[in-house]
Amino acid sequence: MSHVIEMLNIRKEFPGIVANDDITLQVEQGEIHAILGENGAGKSTLMSILFGLYRADRGTIKVRGKEVHIANPNNASALGIGMVHQHFQLVQNFTVTENIILGREGGFILDRRTAAKRIKALSEQYGLSIDPYSIISDITVGMQQRVEILKMLYRDAEILIFDEPTAVLTPQEIDELMQIMRNLVKEGKSIILITHKLDEIKAVADRCTIIRRGKFVDLVDVATTSQAKMAAMMVGRQVNFKVKKKPAEPKEPVLFIKDLNVLNNKKVLGVKDFSLEVRSGEIVGIAGVDGNGQTELVEAITGLRSIASGSVQINGTDITEKDIKERNEIGLGHIPEDRQKRGLVMQFPIRDNMVIKEYYRKPFSKNGLLKEEVIRKHAQDICDAFDVRSGEGIESAAGKLSGGNQQKAIVGREMMLEPNLLIAVQPTRGLDVGAIEYIHKRLVEHRDKGHAVLLVSFELDEIFNLSDRIAVMNSGRLIDTVFTNETNEQDVGLMMTGVKVRGVDHESTI
Amino acid sequence: MKVRFKSNSFVIALSAVVLGLIAGGIFMAMIGSDPFEGFLYLFKGGLMNIERIGNTIATATTLILVGLSVSFAFKTGLFNIGASGQMLIGGLCATLVAHFVNIPRPLYLVVLIAAALVGGAIWGIIPGLLKAKFNVHEVVATIMMNWIAYWSIFYFVPAFLKGPFLETESKSILLEKSLRAAWLNKLFGGSQYINLGIFVAIVAIILIKFILDKTTLGFELKAVGSNRYCAEYAGIRVNRNVIISMMIAGGLAGLAGMVFYTGYASNMQIGVMPSMGFDGIAVALLGASNPIGVFFSGFFFGLLQSGKGFMNAMTDVPPEIADTIIATIIYFTATSVLFKRFWDWVARLLSVKFDKKGGN
Repeated sequence: MSHVIEMLNIRKEFPGIVANDDITLQVEQGEIHAILGENGAGKSTLMSILFGLYRADRGTIKVRGKEVHIANPNNASALGIGMVHQHFQLVQNFTVTENIILGREGGFILDRRTAAKRIKALSEQYGLSIDPYSIISDITVGMQQRVEILKMLYRDAEILIFDEPTAVLTPQEIDELMQIMRNLVKEGKSIILITHKLDEIKAVADRCTIIRRGKFVDLVDVATTSQAKMAAMMVGRQVNFKVKKKPAEPKEPVLFIKDLNVLNNKKVLGVKDFSLEVRSGEIVGIAGVDGNGQTELVEAITGLRSIASGSVQINGTDITEKDIKERNEIGLGHIPEDRQKRGLVMQFPIRDNMVIKEYYRKPFSKNGLLKEEVIRKHAQDICDAFDVRSGEGIESAAGKLSGGNQQKAIVGREMMLEPNLLIAVQPTRGLDVGAIEYIHKRLVEHRDKGHAVLLVSFELDEIFNLSDRIAVMNSGRLIDTVFTNETNEQDVGLMMTGVKVRGVDHESTI
Repeated sequence: MKVRFKSNSFVIALSAVVLGLIAGGIFMAMIGSDPFEGFLYLFKGGLMNIERIGNTIATATTLILVGLSVSFAFKTGLFNIGASGQMLIGGLCATLVAHFVNIPRPLYLVVLIAAALVGGAIWGIIPGLLKAKFNVHEVVATIMMNWIAYWSIFYFVPAFLKGPFLETESKSILLEKSLRAAWLNKLFGGSQYINLGIFVAIVAIILIKFILDKTTLGFELKAVGSNRYCAEYAGIRVNRNVIISMMIAGGLAGLAGMVFYTGYASNMQIGVMPSMGFDGIAVALLGASNPIGVFFSGFFFGLLQSGKGFMNAMTDVPPEIADTIIATIIYFTATSVLFKRFWDWVARLLSVKFDKKGGN
C-alpha cells in the first residue's frame, strides 16, 4: 500500500520547548490512523504543521509520494487535506448548504440548488443523512459535526483530520460517527484521528502512532495491541483506568438546592424546579447531554448567573444573595467549563493565575502589597503537584500552555483551595489518560477528606467512574437521582433522553 | 550556540519611530526640502541648548501625564478619550486654588495637586459609573464629558477668573503661585516653561508602575482588563475596578491639566480643547501602555512638538511635517503586529544560521 501522507523527521521548536522532535508519521491510503499522545505531547503541533498553520523547523512532508511545502491552510486544502476542528466553524443562522459553500460560492450569482444537490448526493454516499436546507442552529451538535465533514468532502478532501471529534458528542452520536468514519474509508478516503480515548482508537482505527513529549514512541497495529499497552506507551508507565475508591460515607449536607429556577441566555427557563443535595464525603455526578441546563445550574450555584427563584445553600448559609467573592470565601471551588474564557487570564503568567482567587489574602499579600516570593512558591507547588508543563515554568503566559496543561493548572489551583464544595465541570476535558487518572484520584481524595464534590461531565465513563450518586438532567429538569452501584449506562443513557427509568425507588428524599 | 532574540514592545516601538522618521523624510523630500536639514533643525529646535531642552521637558511633562492616564485606563480594558476634559477640569481646579488659596508654599503645592487630582478624578469617575451601572460605553461618555468640561470653562472663567482686558481668558496667576521655580528655570538656562510638573510626572510614573506591578489593586485592574470573564469568575469585583480605573486615569489627566495651566501656561482660555488630551493616546500607544515606555514616548513626542517651530523658522519645511511624522508613527505603532512578524522572522533566520554554525 502506498503512503498518502508522510511527515518525515519533523522538528518544531517554540521558545523553551521542543514540541516536535524528529517525529515521523506515515499514513497509508484508505486507513484510519490514530495519533495518540499525552497533553502537550505535540499532536496538535504536528497536525497544525500538516494543515499549514505552523511551519516545521526541519523535516519533510510528502503527499502521495511528492514532497510539498504547505504554507497555509489553502495549500493544504488544495492538496486534498481537510480538517474537522474541535470547535465547529459554522454560521449559526445559515443553512447547511450555505455553510458548506461559504468561500466556494463560485461566480457572482449564488447557485444554491446545484450545490444542495451535490451535498445531498455526498450525504447519501457516505451515510450522513443531512438535509441541505436545514438551519445550523436547528440541528444537533452531532449533525453540525457532519456538516463540517461534508464541508471537507465538498472540497474534495481525500485526507481528513479529525481533532478530538467525540468530545462534544453523546454516546449514540459517537457510535454513529464511528460508522461514518468507516464509510469514509470504504469510499477510499484516509483519516487521521487525534484522540485521547483508547476505546475509540480500538473501535475504529487501523494503526496508531504514539508520541510522548514531542518524540515518536512507536507505530502499532491497533488490532493486536491492548489498550493497556497503548496507554503505557503513551504515558511511559502503567495506567489504571478504574479509580480505586472506598464506598462513600456521606455526612452533613454541604450543597442544598431547593426549587431552583434559572433563566438561560434566551431568557427562558434553563433550569426548572431543580432540587438536589450534595453531602460532605460524596461525589454527585450530573449526567446529561450538553445543553440541558448544566451550564445554567453551575453558573447559578457559583454566582455567575442570577437565579429566577428558589434557593441555594452552602454549609447551611443561603448564598442566593451573596456575590462570587463571598461564595468563594464560604468554601466554593469551581473548575469552570470554559477554561479559555473563565478559567485563566491568558496574558498573565501562570504564577499570577494560580493566585487569582487568593491574591488579596494572607499570605499572598499584606496591606495591599503582593508577596511575590510566596506567590511564586505557591504556583511552583501547584505546577509540581499537578505536572503542569510549560516552556518557561511559572513565568510562562497561560495562553502559551497547551490545553491540557491549562486544564491541569486550573484543577490544581481549585484543589489547592481545599474547598468544602468543589464544582468540577468537565474536569478532565482534553486530558490524556495519565492526567485523567491523576485528577480522578485527587477528586476522590478530596471526597475522602470530607468535602463535597459536584461533578458535571458529558462523558458517562467519567460519571460512572467517580460518582457515588448520579443526578440525571434533561431539558433543565432533574429526571432522577440514582446510586451508581445500582444502575447502569443503558438506564442512565435512557434517562438522559428524558425517560424516567423506575426500577427500585432510590430517589434521595429531599 | 543559541541566539535568543525576541521582539518586544521596545523593538517594535523603535521600529515605528524609525519608519515614521523615514516617512517624514520622504514627505520633506517630496515638497522639495532637504530632509537632512529639516531633521537637523527639528532636533536642534528641541535639544540645541539647555534652555531648549528645558522647554522640551516642559512640553513632554503634560504629554507624559496624559499618556499615563490613557495607558492606565487601557490596562483595565478601558479607552479614555476624555483626557482633554479631565485636563480642563483639573486645570480649572488648580487655577482656582492658585487664585484664591493663600498658604505657605509647601502646603500650597499639596493643595494644588490635590485639587487637580480630585477635579480630574471626578471627571473620570462619571464615565466609570455610567459604564459600571448602565453599561454606557466609556468612549461615548468620555467624549461627552469633554464637551461638558469645554462649555463649563466658558462659564467659570468669565464668572470667577475674569482677566483685566480679555473676556476670553482668565487672568494670569501670580508667578509665585505657579509651578515654576526660579532655581529650575535658572538650571535650564532661563527656560520659561520648565516647571515642577516634571517631578510630579516622575513621581506619578513610579507610583503607577508600583500600583500595577506590586499591589493587589494593580493585580485586580490588570485581571479585569485582560479577561473580565475570568476576573468575574475569580470573584474580583469588575464594576468596582472599572470605576477605580477611570477615577485614577481621570486624576492623572487632571494633574496634566494642572501642569499645563499653572506650569507651562499661566492662564486658561475659553473655547480651546487641549489637544494634548488626544496626543496622550499616541503617547500611550507608542509607550505600549507601560509607565516607563510612556515616559520615553512622551519625551519623544514632546521633542517633536517643541522642535517643529524652530524647524519652520530655519527651513522652508512647514511645522505640519512634524505632525505628519507623529501621525505616521501612530499608524506604524497601530500596525505593530506586522513589525512583530517581521522581527520574529528575522529572529528565525538568525537562529537557523547560528544553529548551523553551532553544528559544525
